[in-house]
Amino acid sequence: MTENLRQSPLASAHRALGASFTDFAGWDMPVRYSSDLAEHHAVRTSAGLFDISHMAEISVVGEDAGRFLDYAVSTQPSVDPVGRAKYSLLLNEAGGVLDDLIVYRLSDTHFLVVANAGNRFVVFDELVARSAGFAVEVRDQSDETAMLAVQGPRALDILLATPTLSVDGVGASAEASGTSLTELGYYRCTPGSFLGAPVLIARTGYTGEDGFEIYIDAQRASELWTALLEVGEAFGLVPCGLACRDTLRLEAGMPLYGHELDLATRPDQAGLARSVALSKPGDFVGRAAIQQGTPTDAPVLVGLVGDGKRAARAGYEIFSGDARVGEVTSGALSPTLGYPIALAYVDPSVGAVGTALEVDVRGTRLVFTVTALPFYSRKKI
Amino acid sequence: MPNPTDLKYTAEHEWLREDGDVATVGITAFAAEKLGDIVYIELPRVGTTVSAGSIVGEIESTKSVGELYSPVSGEVTEVNDAVVGSPELVNSEPFGAGWLVKVRVTALGETMDSVAYDTLTGA
Repeated sequence: MTENLRQSPLASAHRALGASFTDFAGWDMPVRYSSDLAEHHAVRTSAGLFDISHMAEISVVGEDAGRFLDYAVSTQPSVDPVGRAKYSLLLNEAGGVLDDLIVYRLSDTHFLVVANAGNRFVVFDELVARSAGFAVEVRDQSDETAMLAVQGPRALDILLATPTLSVDGVGASAEASGTSLTELGYYRCTPGSFLGAPVLIARTGYTGEDGFEIYIDAQRASELWTALLEVGEAFGLVPCGLACRDTLRLEAGMPLYGHELDLATRPDQAGLARSVALSKPGDFVGRAAIQQGTPTDAPVLVGLVGDGKRAARAGYEIFSGDARVGEVTSGALSPTLGYPIALAYVDPSVGAVGTALEVDVRGTRLVFTVTALPFYSRKKI
Repeated sequence: MPNPTDLKYTAEHEWLREDGDVATVGITAFAAEKLGDIVYIELPRVGTTVSAGSIVGEIESTKSVGELYSPVSGEVTEVNDAVVGSPELVNSEPFGAGWLVKVRVTALGETMDSVAYDTLTGA
């Protein structure tokens, strides 16, 4: 059982906090500490601390690193300035999605590619295979890297109040580093340090709130976890499990690989055409297939909202009259909104916002209406 | 939360309390904990005839759907409207205010005592 599952470097901290665990992509990860609803609301109103050390970190280093990634992934990392993070796709030759990634530019010749835990080896093997002929080294650093996320409206305050966490090039003091973190833009990252350990702090996340993701040596992760929890308590920070991570990302309309994205799905079907840089020079894996275009009758990803309290869940069938027109890929009763929300692939003829459809919820047909995504967006101050 | 010793249990994680020929049925703390925060409950109507082992209701958490199996055969005499309105009662008081249905029993299904249920759930 659990001995076959991979353990996070923070496993003992989670046990001490009374977490329940779940097998997530072969990892034994916290699903919740107390109540997944309370954790969800904490992220929307104050802040939550997540251990996401199951994510895969792959470094790409070398003279050709930028040019190589332009060929290997869907975006154009070579033109990103140092400190930029970019949501990207790893496509296959047929234009299907092998994984969705975040590509961070750390220097002129060094990028960090963050992949889903379940796709770690697929992504690593593909990047290695695609690197032939490029002056570049692809290294899997997942085992020695931990990843923590602080998400929520108080996330910035918490990081600023953590005196042991600082940002490089600004000075070690909290005030000085604070200035820099405050100015760190969305989808930007900066190197820093925590008690002498190098960290990468990125203003990224998977919750629809402001927040940060912090990469640190796995052996130093529990010190950082403890420091953030201690400092964060006064700001309402609570440890959060993967259950609320899923409802948070769903409310934010963010895709989850294996649900909204897979090999049979092309980026434009998922509304991700903007993540494919067709205008970049040179060939890239998947270009020919993407340029041929997706059949006009291919299913499209839509948001659905329902009445009442019954969720439309992954795998449930969708009907328009007697015709089966699609399938739900993710769904839940939205903790923030109070009504059921779902992501689904439907026939494009019924994909327009406002279209009323029916979902077969375990034998009962319930009306759901196509709605614009995201379901929830935070108020920008 | 310990499993009360005066209740009977099923392998599907229901409990029942017998009072004359009426049994009160709920789900155990173990089941509620596994489901996570419960957000929706569907119960049978009063007067419905149920048979032991059949599905008589649904319990949904944010993450999953659990089915409620009747541990007895008989007629539903009462349902707990309070948990329909406040499903979180099943998380907070699974053996008390979070009860689900009362059934006038004509036949008992397969049950176990709290010692056996403790063993089953590793309590």
